[in-house]
Amino acid sequence: MTLRAATTSGLFSWRRLLPPLLVSAVVVGVIVVVIVAGHHDIIDSFSAFGRGSFGSAYAFWSATLVRATPLTLLGLAVALAFRSGVMNIGAEGQFLAGASAATAVVLSGVGGGMVLVIALPAAVLAGALWAAVAGWLKRRFGVLEVISSLMLNFVAQYLVSYLVRGPLQEPTHVYPQTETFGPAAHLPLLISGQRLHLGYAIAVLLALVLWWMFRATAVGFRLRAVGAGAAAAESAGQVVVPRVLFTAFLLSGAIAGLAGGVEVTGVTYALYEGISPGFGYTAIAVALLARLNPLAVIGTGIFFGALEAGAAAMQRDAGVPFQFVVVVEALVVLGVIALEWTRERGDTRR
Amino acid sequence: MVSVRADVSTALSLRDISKRFGATQALDGASLDVRRGTLHALLGENGAGKTTLMRLAFGMDTPDTGTILVDGKTCAWRTSADALRAGIGMVHQHFLLVPAMSVAENIGLGRGGVFGGFDPTRTAAVVRDLVAATGLAIDPEARVGDLPVGAQQRLEILKALSHDARVLILDEPTAVLSPQETQDLYVWLRRFVDSGRTVVLITHKVREALQLADDVTVLRRGRTVMQVAAHATGEDEVLTALLGETPTHRAPRARAPQRTSGKSVLAVSDVSVRDDRGTERLKCVSAHVYGGEILGVAGVEGAGQLELLRVMAGRRKPDTGSATRPARVAFVPEDRHRDAVIGEWTLIENFALKDAGRAVGTMMWDDYRVRAESGVRAQDVRATSAHDRMDALSGGNQQKFVLARELEGAPEALVVENPTRGLDVRATAQVLDALRDARDAGVAVVIYSSDLDELFSVSDRIVVCYDGTVHEVPFDRQAVGRAMVGLS
Amino acid sequence: MTDAITPFVEATVRTATPLAFAALGELVAERSGVINIGLEGTIIAGAFGGLVVAGTAGAGLGFVGAVAAGMLVAAIFAFFVVTLKADHIITGTAISMLGVGSTGTLYRLYYGTTGAALETPTLAPFPIPILRNIPWIGEAFFAQPPVMYLLYVIVPCLAWYMTRTSAGLALRAVGERPEAARAAGISPARVRWVALLFCGAMGGLSGGTLVLAQVGTFNEGISAGRGFIAIAIVVLGRWSAVGVTGAALLFGAASALQYLAQAMGWGIPYQFALALPYVLTLVALAAAGKRSAAPASLGVRG
Repeated sequence: MTLRAATTSGLFSWRRLLPPLLVSAVVVGVIVVVIVAGHHDIIDSFSAFGRGSFGSAYAFWSATLVRATPLTLLGLAVALAFRSGVMNIGAEGQFLAGASAATAVVLSGVGGGMVLVIALPAAVLAGALWAAVAGWLKRRFGVLEVISSLMLNFVAQYLVSYLVRGPLQEPTHVYPQTETFGPAAHLPLLISGQRLHLGYAIAVLLALVLWWMFRATAVGFRLRAVGAGAAAAESAGQVVVPRVLFTAFLLSGAIAGLAGGVEVTGVTYALYEGISPGFGYTAIAVALLARLNPLAVIGTGIFFGALEAGAAAMQRDAGVPFQFVVVVEALVVLGVIALEWTRERGDTRR
Repeated sequence: MVSVRADVSTALSLRDISKRFGATQALDGASLDVRRGTLHALLGENGAGKTTLMRLAFGMDTPDTGTILVDGKTCAWRTSADALRAGIGMVHQHFLLVPAMSVAENIGLGRGGVFGGFDPTRTAAVVRDLVAATGLAIDPEARVGDLPVGAQQRLEILKALSHDARVLILDEPTAVLSPQETQDLYVWLRRFVDSGRTVVLITHKVREALQLADDVTVLRRGRTVMQVAAHATGEDEVLTALLGETPTHRAPRARAPQRTSGKSVLAVSDVSVRDDRGTERLKCVSAHVYGGEILGVAGVEGAGQLELLRVMAGRRKPDTGSATRPARVAFVPEDRHRDAVIGEWTLIENFALKDAGRAVGTMMWDDYRVRAESGVRAQDVRATSAHDRMDALSGGNQQKFVLARELEGAPEALVVENPTRGLDVRATAQVLDALRDARDAGVAVVIYSSDLDELFSVSDRIVVCYDGTVHEVPFDRQAVGRAMVGLS
Repeated sequence: MTDAITPFVEATVRTATPLAFAALGELVAERSGVINIGLEGTIIAGAFGGLVVAGTAGAGLGFVGAVAAGMLVAAIFAFFVVTLKADHIITGTAISMLGVGSTGTLYRLYYGTTGAALETPTLAPFPIPILRNIPWIGEAFFAQPPVMYLLYVIVPCLAWYMTRTSAGLALRAVGERPEAARAAGISPARVRWVALLFCGAMGGLSGGTLVLAQVGTFNEGISAGRGFIAIAIVVLGRWSAVGVTGAALLFGAASALQYLAQAMGWGIPYQFALALPYVLTLVALAAAGKRSAAPASLGVRG
């Protein structure tokens, strides 16, 4: 698969800036179309967007970055997988599995004041296990991981639905959600007065770790080799490719599970249906726009976080439907593909 | 140099053809004139442009400049369907058949237009008629993927003939055939030509070309350097034109003393290997390779030699039997781009690739840079720096780099598959010398080459793979040729 | 027990029909060598397109809108995958997202956020006189809206097409070995475009059937992953028209089991029953093993 990770040539070269510029143009274009088609007021809408994403300290720290947290973590999960040649489209389901596991741990009362120390690793484990199903199906039966991941996404959604209407439902048994978590299960806030929580720091740290892993460690080198040329890795490097692919799947699922655990303990303080409005799919756009580079994922995570924060404000204040965000994300992915094509054509011309 | 005027007696003529692919000028004003009713050999080194020229003649691509004439009339084709209609047929080196479909379906492919029907029974009858008319035997109902290589080639020829081809182009047809099948083909070709049709034979085998053909054209670096009747020239003259220099008859170097020790370095014992369809590729074979010798492996395509080499190199586990080898066996696979290197990575990263499976902790990149640089020097690889991308190097330099990487660290054993395929004369010589140097230093070397001349020039002894079995044979061309087809 | 059978068979056929339409379209696409993960996008586009056109022109013409919408989405997919030679999986995922997102957005824009169930004209059942009286299965198979009968026509036509027409041969050749097809004068790109447009039409038909012949309304995400299940059905059906239809019926039966379970009083949480088709897909794919019946060039870019 020729989805190349960005090479580290010239951080501020013209070519590097082209994708973000184009993408911004696409975003603006779509927003305009949607606004006009729905007969909303353009000024109102755009100003709502701006206010919602970057317009104030609150908007930035508590809306944009808070939304960026799951997107960054999931973006890292997807980027790692894609870079290793694993088509993990199941980040959505792994996220839900992690969220469910963390919720179960918190609600069980285990650990008292230290419950987070158990809940978050549980989330990581749950995400890895959820991914392991798809990974095992591929390794043992040759099942295309795209399909199995997608199927597992749907199963995870129904699992959450079952949990929040059944065993984990809040005590009055009226609402399809769990009881709210006590303060011991809240991730510490990073800035007082804002909603920004430790999860974002974890995300940034993880991005650095992954960047270093790919660059400097043997494990990262193996993952890259299998993603760039599995046959060569096997023949020249005597790499056990199926094992590496499975490892990549597990790691990816683990990070996605962590994202779920972080979301329930850092933002929602409860589990409910629809807790993920398609984070796992947005993450694909986040990862691709960052060209699979972990450091760049920090940037694209903020970009999409801002997009969603702005869109939420637009819906709230100007009535513009939020769904267009999904359209933008899809167009971003298609745009990246088109850009890859022009780049490859340019390469062969030289 | 006698050239032939294009007129009505010229079945096919290409004039001043130029074609560029990206940065490579594949053809640069090449010409070819084929007289009707003759067998015309098109000779040239790898990369001289022979296949490209004929693909243009068959409409699979369009020339940048130049003209194509059939029976004296200019033609401008857009697809090979046009060429087929003009009476040109081509049999490709790597067959273009659909393995999952039957012989009849393969022949029927592409006919009947968009809205036409396909009647398997009627097509099968047509095939049988063709078989009777041409003497090329094949079963219309057979699934192509199950047919042996020789039969598939017959099908390719039948396909061309079923379009009533008057000019038949064959691209290196004998590369995949056993010596016996090759003889059969030549006999058939001669008969075909004698019946009034025309044949263009692309080949790099000079001796056979001169024996078989009426006319000979030599290409070098995309240009026509010689066009002459076969009887009016000789091997040396053709080789000079082909290589662009007088061939130095290299005296084979004095062979180093055989074997450094009595114990074998590589050994396989009663090894069997099945492929994923369950067919046995190696049947209970045994072989030994000793330090300080080069073992040549011969065999027609699919006889099991690739599986044998991979088991010896530790890249493939045998299903039964045992294989002994040192901890690390250096390996140079046939398909370099897929199995040996990663094109978009740098030389340093590609050098580190060989440790990918065993490395732990952090990668010592500075170390790898130094090692890569010294490897580059050791094998005379032409590259600007160790930070170059792999695919920026030429084929010959890439292969030398792979050798450098594999030979680093003084491995006890080295296994290579067709190491000089696609390389020019100079690079080929360097690679073969590197193998000899390794042998002289005590390494156990195993080489598979589909070029028997090369195999004989470099090996100390020879084993032949035939149909999954492996036998050592006397160091003699006749003996090897016979063993390759199962006679001994 | 016996009076649970007829509704069970009916539910089976109703669930299976849109799946079969989509899967047959995917079959043709995959036979040409393209994995269309964007099928989901064509289905929901068809659902929405059918809704929009039926609102002004009635259910019958609504199907035309559904098919057209599906083909439009498929055309975008084809442009990226065939003309730009992009990766099938990623493009398909983006197309599915695009389909779901744009229909969701458009739905909100034009039909408002009232949340009231929107009703659309639907196609009335058209029972076939004698056949409908076959015990147990007659009503299920022959007393349905006429669009479902299209299935009975399309399946044999496709089967005949693949083995008895030169175009069908060309399609198979392109999916197995495009170079061989090219050497025979066939343009793989053109064949794939046509195959994908057909796939889009069938996906649109599937979505249209959902809205205009079954549910009678639209909601965001109404396709509910059917496009992905259809891909699994193609694998299970081993890339043959008849096999695919059989596999679709199997999935329909599995989905219909939830009704049987309720009728029989088995106390299964409804989420388990809803999740069953997806779990079944996984089991079926595992059982189908290495996809040896797959077209040899399936998923290969270019």
